Amino acid sequence: MSATEQALATADSVPLSLRGPAPKRVVAGYGFWLFLLSDIVIFAALFAAYAVLSGESASGPTAADLFDKKHVLIETACLLASSVTCGFGSLAVLSGDRNSTYFWMSITFILGAAFLSLEVSEFSHMLSIGAGPSRSAFLSAFFTLVGTHGLHVTMGLCWLIVMLLQVATLGFQPMVSRRFFCFGLFWHALDIVWIGVFTIVYLGAHL
Amino acid sequence: MSVEIQAQGAAPGVHVHTQDTRRSYLIGLGYAVVLTLASFWASSTDLVYAPGVPILLGVLAIAQMGIHLVFFLHISSAPDQTNNILALAFGIFVVGLLVFGSMIIMANLNHNMMPMDRLMQLQMQR
Repeated sequence: MSATEQALATADSVPLSLRGPAPKRVVAGYGFWLFLLSDIVIFAALFAAYAVLSGESASGPTAADLFDKKHVLIETACLLASSVTCGFGSLAVLSGDRNSTYFWMSITFILGAAFLSLEVSEFSHMLSIGAGPSRSAFLSAFFTLVGTHGLHVTMGLCWLIVMLLQVATLGFQPMVSRRFFCFGLFWHALDIVWIGVFTIVYLGAHL
Repeated sequence: MSVEIQAQGAAPGVHVHTQDTRRSYLIGLGYAVVLTLASFWASSTDLVYAPGVPILLGVLAIAQMGIHLVFFLHISSAPDQTNNILALAFGIFVVGLLVFGSMIIMANLNHNMMPMDRLMQLQMQR
């Protein structure tokens, strides 16, 4: 804690105009935070579309017919656990511990991939029973919303592989740990979006 | 973020307090698991007055989002977080406008729309 107190003390004693630019890590984190918020605004638009269209099933399968709660609970558990292991991984990055970085981030990857495979199996099941995105406005909105989230998870997994390769080749340079920090923010934000998805789409279907 | 200040403000080699942060992830996990299970339970129980269930689900979801923000993303009310908090507040404002605005407008349009059979009749007459 002494480091925090020290940082706060210097921040108070030096006037704002003389403090100079914020450290790169703070600037990068803030910029990425703004990106995440704008990403969440995109999801908000998709949520609004889903909320408006969720009843328009065009006499096809409705939300209550299609969604299985147990399946969603497993998906949620995978994503939540991967969020926590990702947090442990970022702590390992901070302390420069290569082995535990590999360990926690591999578990994060496996849990993320498990989530994704569950989602793909759900989608392919829906497509096979003729409940594809072209069936009704409800299903179009569903596939757009949940598919966009799945796409984000896929991108996150690719990003994670790239980061692990960078740790292997470049080591824990400041830029690598900065990128890892941003990846952690991204992964946690995806979990926040998933809370909205399982509440509105999956649990809302059975009300 | 609290970790970041410690890492940033500290000279190289100064020990970073990872133990507190590790605990914060575990506490966050505990809360998140409880809230998730509660919302799955709430969606299928008969114990809660049925028209109140959507509100309960909404409250649980917002609570869990808050838990994630505090314990996983380490958003707090610390002085070095003012920028993050302001950006978050604006983000929440835009999200609220988008979601509730769209829903109100579409419900209103739907309410004012002529019933389908009469619309058909009108088109036949023309």
